[in-house]
Amino acid sequence: MREISFQTALDEAVAEEMRRDPRVITLGTDFTGNPVKEFGASRVRFTPISEAVLTGMGLGAAGCGVRPIVNWRMVTFSFVAMDQVVNQASKIRYMFGGQADFPVTYRCSTGGGIGLAAQHSQSPYSMWMHLAGLKIVLPSTPADAKGLLKSAIRDNNPVVSFECSRLATLTGPVPDGDHLVPLGVADVKRTGTDVTLVGLAYYVRESLAVADELAREGISVEVVDPRTLVPMDVETLRESVQKTGRLVVVDEAPATCSAASEIAALIVEDRDTFRALKAPVRRVCAMPVPVPYSPPLEQAALPSRLDIKAAVYDVLKESVRGEWRPA
Amino acid sequence: MTLDKPRLVQMLRTMIMIREFDERAIQLRLAGKIYGAVHPYVGQEAVAVGVCTPLAVTDRVTSNHRGHGHCIAKGADIRRMMAELFGRVDGYCKGKGGSMHIADFAVGMLGANGIVGGGLPIACGAALAAQLEGRGAVTVCFFGDGAVAEGEFHESMNIAGLWKLPIVFVCENNQYAANNAIGAQHPRIDIAGHAAPYDMPGVVVDGNDVLAVHAATEEAVARARRGAGPSLLECQTYRWHFHAMRAACPPETRPAEEIARWKAGDPIARLEQEMVARALLSADELRALRQRVTTDLDDAVAFAEASPFPDPKDLMADMFAE
Repeated sequence: MREISFQTALDEAVAEEMRRDPRVITLGTDFTGNPVKEFGASRVRFTPISEAVLTGMGLGAAGCGVRPIVNWRMVTFSFVAMDQVVNQASKIRYMFGGQADFPVTYRCSTGGGIGLAAQHSQSPYSMWMHLAGLKIVLPSTPADAKGLLKSAIRDNNPVVSFECSRLATLTGPVPDGDHLVPLGVADVKRTGTDVTLVGLAYYVRESLAVADELAREGISVEVVDPRTLVPMDVETLRESVQKTGRLVVVDEAPATCSAASEIAALIVEDRDTFRALKAPVRRVCAMPVPVPYSPPLEQAALPSRLDIKAAVYDVLKESVRGEWRPA
Repeated sequence: MTLDKPRLVQMLRTMIMIREFDERAIQLRLAGKIYGAVHPYVGQEAVAVGVCTPLAVTDRVTSNHRGHGHCIAKGADIRRMMAELFGRVDGYCKGKGGSMHIADFAVGMLGANGIVGGGLPIACGAALAAQLEGRGAVTVCFFGDGAVAEGEFHESMNIAGLWKLPIVFVCENNQYAANNAIGAQHPRIDIAGHAAPYDMPGVVVDGNDVLAVHAATEEAVARARRGAGPSLLECQTYRWHFHAMRAACPPETRPAEEIARWKAGDPIARLEQEMVARALLSADELRALRQRVTTDLDDAVAFAEASPFPDPKDLMADMFAE
């Protein structure tokens, strides 16, 4: 299978959907490549730096039969458009009693780890999850990035696509042709029996790397990637934890009210999954500080492989029943 | 568009309906028959009717928190509006929206909005859709003088001017942003003056003269339809009642002399006098017209009261499209 970068996969998704459906347009302050050449300036719109109007325009045009892709570029900039995200996009369909659909896709980069400091290193997807009314995708591989973004563009609701900055240049296999990944379906990236590691975005890779290291110590780790945060594929997550009895959730957002917290709650509030638990659930998240600039500080703020490994050891050691022994 | 007798009678009837709808809404809220907040449009009827009369059903409008008048003028059904105020399943939003979120996409009414300035970006999106469609449809965006202090106003004006969007920005300058007088909101009281930097005409209109509002809108709509871009109309008018009420009407804080002066320029009385003077309307016809409005409102209230409340099992319906 051919290998392409995460960014190239996302660009392919947009181009293919624009080719497939003339109603798809894209709005942003800049674009990778030269999409104007193929699609023309009326469908590829360079905009002023006006996040509020851009966000609301996507919504308004979507309500009138267009399928806009609005590119905020960095999630940071979406905060300038809070009214349009929080008061309008997430509520418009429901509060009007479902009279119209609003097929708009909002795209943004997210996450830290590349020296962009406090404002441009945020991972605020749980803020959007909390709103009720937005679908949210958070891919970890080029193939998922392409397949999820294509599904997001075809979805008839506002969807936010969070695209992890640290993954942009990383490459991976992507199938040829019309590759779609449905929204709301998690992916078990590695099967195991001792511990479930749920990673998000960049931390799926890190979790897989840790799982490799731990396998050499006889610890069998299952790595699950939710891929879509809304709707969340809770069945796949619970099934995995019912098998392993132990859960560590890894993400680079701070733990308070995070996606990791939500996943932990979805696990423990289910009777069958709770019964299967052999140890307390652990979250491995960023420290509750703005992400600092200097490399040693930034590394200290974000989760590391060592942190993930330590959490896995902890849930094995802290087993409240069924003491764990290496296979 | 020639404003012949049937058209003028229709405009007068719609203005009276808008006024009486909101007077009725106030009474219903005081009686505890409806819930939440009511923002009466009384006094501003000439703006909604003057602006919406030249629009086709394929043209679209966005509205704000004071949106009942815009809905009625754009052709929404008062029975379904009333049912929405009553929180019933036959309301426009199945009881999920209420007064501040009435919409009727079928007649191009893209929704009232609880956020000052929140409708402007959405209107720009509807205008962008119309520009891409290329069939000459126009979007009108209603907002108040308070919205002019919002960033969303300036972002919307900027991009509409830049892209020559087919949109008419209609500012209803009712002299007050909630309870604060316009002079305390802007360093210079010149809303129409915001048009020039965004490369569009800015026109001050007597917002209590429905014929003047109609004429100014026709010109702005024609400009938008031929692809020449947006316009800003500042319609100067006055809100007769309070900004908003919940269980009770709040006390009046504005000068009595100011209220009396604006009421003397009642937009409905002005149109009536004009029509009587031009022998287009007799006293009997006017009486019959007003009686018909009352009957229609009684019918709307009866329709709303007969409609069932939504079933809580439908709480989660309409969240997401298939």
